Amino acid sequence: MSAPLLSVEDLRVSFPTPAGRVEVVKGLSFDLGRERLGIVGESGSGKSMTGRAILRLVRPPGQVTARRMEFEGTEIQSLSERRMRDLRGARISMIMQDPKFSLNPVMTVGRQIAEALQAHERLGRSATRARVLEMLDAVRINDPELVAKMYPHEISGGMGQRVMIAMMLIPRPSLLIADEPTSALDVSVQAQVLDLIDELVRDHGMGLILISHDLNLVSRYCDRIMVMNAGRVVESCAAADLRHAQHPYTRGLLAAVPRMHETRDSLPVLDRSGWSGT
Amino acid sequence: MSAISLKDLDVSYGSAKVVEGVSFEVAEGESFALVGESGSGKSTVLKAIAGLAPGWTGEMAVLGQPRGHRPDRGFARRCQMVFQDPYGSLHPRKTVDTVLSEPLQVHGIGSRDARVEEMLRAVGLDRRFRFRYPHQLSGGQRQRVAIARALMLEPKVMLLDEPTSALDVSVQAEILNLLKRLRAEQGLTYLMVTHNLPVVGFMCDRMAVMNRGRVVEIAPATALHDGGFADPYSRALYAASGGTAHD
Repeated sequence: MSAPLLSVEDLRVSFPTPAGRVEVVKGLSFDLGRERLGIVGESGSGKSMTGRAILRLVRPPGQVTARRMEFEGTEIQSLSERRMRDLRGARISMIMQDPKFSLNPVMTVGRQIAEALQAHERLGRSATRARVLEMLDAVRINDPELVAKMYPHEISGGMGQRVMIAMMLIPRPSLLIADEPTSALDVSVQAQVLDLIDELVRDHGMGLILISHDLNLVSRYCDRIMVMNAGRVVESCAAADLRHAQHPYTRGLLAAVPRMHETRDSLPVLDRSGWSGT
Repeated sequence: MSAISLKDLDVSYGSAKVVEGVSFEVAEGESFALVGESGSGKSTVLKAIAGLAPGWTGEMAVLGQPRGHRPDRGFARRCQMVFQDPYGSLHPRKTVDTVLSEPLQVHGIGSRDARVEEMLRAVGLDRRFRFRYPHQLSGGQRQRVAIARALMLEPKVMLLDEPTSALDVSVQAEILNLLKRLRAEQGLTYLMVTHNLPVVGFMCDRMAVMNRGRVVEIAPATALHDGGFADPYSRALYAASGGTAHD
């Protein structure tokens, strides 16, 4: 196998509390190639913090340590903030949960996407414009010229998320981190947005980390799955083998989801006495 | 007598008509779902019944009593609503105890202390949560408080607006079980808005599929098993939710 895109060893994230430092990610290790990795867990399992730590977006007083965190052979932890800014967006991109809060409300869609491109590449005006329209077309926006001139409040949630994807992918990064990219969207739009991410990731040969609490969704769109609980990986398996998951926590999560062919009278509930969760 | 009866309901926000010609009946003790995408008007129907969307025309009746455009004190004792976001629907500076006692105070009902205790037990919250503030509770615990608040006046009809969509799957399972148990114990009627079809399969007897402000189809929950929907839009929604007909 070729050298991994991202290699993380013993990643720890902690926050100070009145009762001392609390670790929310407790020694996570994984290698990611040009594949699709899903990280699943409940709120507070540390899955989002893992995504943020890779981009060095955990703010003080949060503290991130790792024995090793290499991206394309470069140690991320020792990079200067300036070098990190060049990496962020250009090489590693992140799609956040809610397009409503991630887009600038006073800037047109076209300008925001152009800004993302100009931050990392020097291009003339007409070349920039061409790339923006091409990207909007790639995320299946019907009338790119018209939408480029619109403001975020004039477009729907699903369209907003597509604009976010366009913005994140226009610098052609090699790793995309998607943190609950569709949980603010309707079911019918969810599938479209995920299919789109999937297609773009495959076409560009990128790596993808999909962070979600939805096991079924992750198993549909990823090659490999890591299940997290209370800061630790409790189970790691190929997406196709999820149905045969061994760990009681994973099995509990799977069973708690109502099914389309539901015949159960009550849903099995996780026994939380063993965990400190909600 | 039906628990909820709507006839030719139109609802407008200003000049925009968002619900058009909606009619359906929910029998007493039934659990009925309104499904559809965002913007289909499903939440607006609930709001109109609850009196939160004043621009409506048509006929509405709850437990045989026609609904008017004015505030109706008696209505609060027959019908209550639970909202989607437990982080937004509880007053941040009121304790659980205050939130639960308030409806009793407003309606001049006594023995508040005992009723609050009993309700906390019914929704599965430990007594130690009684004097806590919302920020000291998890999302699932908050939704339990919101359900308890709605039940304080012992209503017979509950309007549920996406009661679990802001929660994790494991917590969702707990709240769905709770709602199902409460309905059986207290003989409640549910009108529930959701975009999650498997939740309908677990909780409801029938559903109305809404699209662009209109009800396109009313189907039994068993349609989720075999994909037996008549309307093309319902079938598309079913397919998008991962349902496959005849399997």
